[in-house]
Amino acid sequence: MLISRKTIQLFIATVFAVLPVFTFANADTTHVAKAAHAEVVNHEGDAPKEVVSEEVKAQEERAEFIQHHLLDSHDFHLFSYGKESGHEKHVGFPLPVILWEDGLHFFMSSEFHHGEAVAESNGKYFAINHHDGMVYNTDAKGTFNVDEKHHTTNTKPLDLSITKNIVMILFVALLMFVMFRNLGKSYGKNGGIATGAGRFFEPIILYVRDEIAIPNIGEKHYKKYMSHLLTVFFFIWFLNMFGLTPLGVNVTGNIAITAALAIITYLITTFTANKNYWGHIFWMPGVPPLMRIVLAPIELLGTIIKPFSLTIRLYANMVAGHIVLMSIIAMMYTFNNVAGSGFSFILAFVLSILEILVAGLQAYIFTMLTALYFGSANEEHHHDEEAHH
Amino acid sequence: MEQLLGQFSLGLFILQIVLFVGLILLLKKFAWKPILDAVNEREEGIKDALLSAENAKKEMMALKSDNQKLLDEARAERDTMIKEATAIKEKMIADAKSEAQTQGAKMIEQAKATIESEKNNAVAEIKNQVSSLSLEIAEKLLKEELSNKDSQTKLVEKMLADVKLN
Repeated sequence: MLISRKTIQLFIATVFAVLPVFTFANADTTHVAKAAHAEVVNHEGDAPKEVVSEEVKAQEERAEFIQHHLLDSHDFHLFSYGKESGHEKHVGFPLPVILWEDGLHFFMSSEFHHGEAVAESNGKYFAINHHDGMVYNTDAKGTFNVDEKHHTTNTKPLDLSITKNIVMILFVALLMFVMFRNLGKSYGKNGGIATGAGRFFEPIILYVRDEIAIPNIGEKHYKKYMSHLLTVFFFIWFLNMFGLTPLGVNVTGNIAITAALAIITYLITTFTANKNYWGHIFWMPGVPPLMRIVLAPIELLGTIIKPFSLTIRLYANMVAGHIVLMSIIAMMYTFNNVAGSGFSFILAFVLSILEILVAGLQAYIFTMLTALYFGSANEEHHHDEEAHH
Repeated sequence: MEQLLGQFSLGLFILQIVLFVGLILLLKKFAWKPILDAVNEREEGIKDALLSAENAKKEMMALKSDNQKLLDEARAERDTMIKEATAIKEKMIADAKSEAQTQGAKMIEQAKATIESEKNNAVAEIKNQVSSLSLEIAEKLLKEELSNKDSQTKLVEKMLADVKLN
């Protein structure tokens, strides 16, 4: 007990000792901070409106940056520089754009010039809407028609582009394939004992099987769902973790991705469900006949709400995590002083650790609930047995 | 909700479903099946090994108790054998004793009988010799005495007295 308290004290002392190193690490930043502080003091005196509006503009820019970070993108943008000098340079690489609008259109996203230009392909014009980062049909000038609620009324082509999210999905898919294939192969080579990087994941595979699949689905039926459960678990987990890297690609915080995952769960549940499952939906046993008629539509709705809740839960958790984390990072610039930025840094650090936990937790919850739904689709007549008792 | 639907990209949705289903099928064939099979096999192996170890232990115990039983049986057998041997020995000694006694008695009897008959023979021989001797004496005496009357009577009287003594 004494030792652990000492360790904690030492840790806290170290954090405070190291803190100035981080906050004063960049001499320029310190200068800027001091200058900004001086400015702020000045503002209090005569408050020139021009500078204040610049500050507000910077804040709006940050908000927009966060907003754009959360969205999918047609090019893989790494970072930008030189905004202050007016010649902003974007570093990244273009991705292929594949559209279906009265025929196939294929070109590289560099034709959009980071959303500033109209791309022309086979006589059709396309432009990226600044608000949602999606490709719309437009004319040669790239006009967007908006209604009174500021909704864009332009139609959208079917966008099958290899977007940033798709690149990440492909990357994670490749990673999983290589890693787990090697793990699978290593058993044969090494007499039933895993080797290599995949070895780290063997206990997690066993955990998914023993703690998620078997208790929820049951010893008898769990085997046919294992592939889906394992894939969905590692897919979400890895993508969540990649979302926390400085690349920060927010794949699992995209509603289309989570919806696709949940709908696959829904389809598997529906097509593998037994008679008992449908019996519970349309003709609930153990309740009066009138209640059964009332319950049927509710139960039927419940089957659709389940995947919907899966969709929203994962999406909302990941988006919320990204927004909060990036807002706190943005606060470092907004505070622009040692105490405030330092505080934001610690907060961002702690939150990052929390997000690592959330990344695993959300993957676990998604898999767990998926297994639960599969289990309900395979449940045997235990209500009737209870009635007999 | 409106924003949610606005962010929903149908193309991304379709691609995700295709990619994800493809990933499931690929991983199923190349990763999950071999991994789970290997793990299952290993677990079965461990279970079997534990079970056989348990069985071996039980067998050992059974063997031990068998050995004990065998040992006990052997001991009992030895005890009975010793007992029998002792009985036989005692019986043999007793038999030998009684045999010896009877044999001895018989021999003594025979010896006695022989002695008796020898004695009788000896007595008879002595009698014969005595009678023949006495006859010779008598003959000699008679020859001598008969020449003298007095001495003849004296001799007869003396001889008669001798016979009585005998």
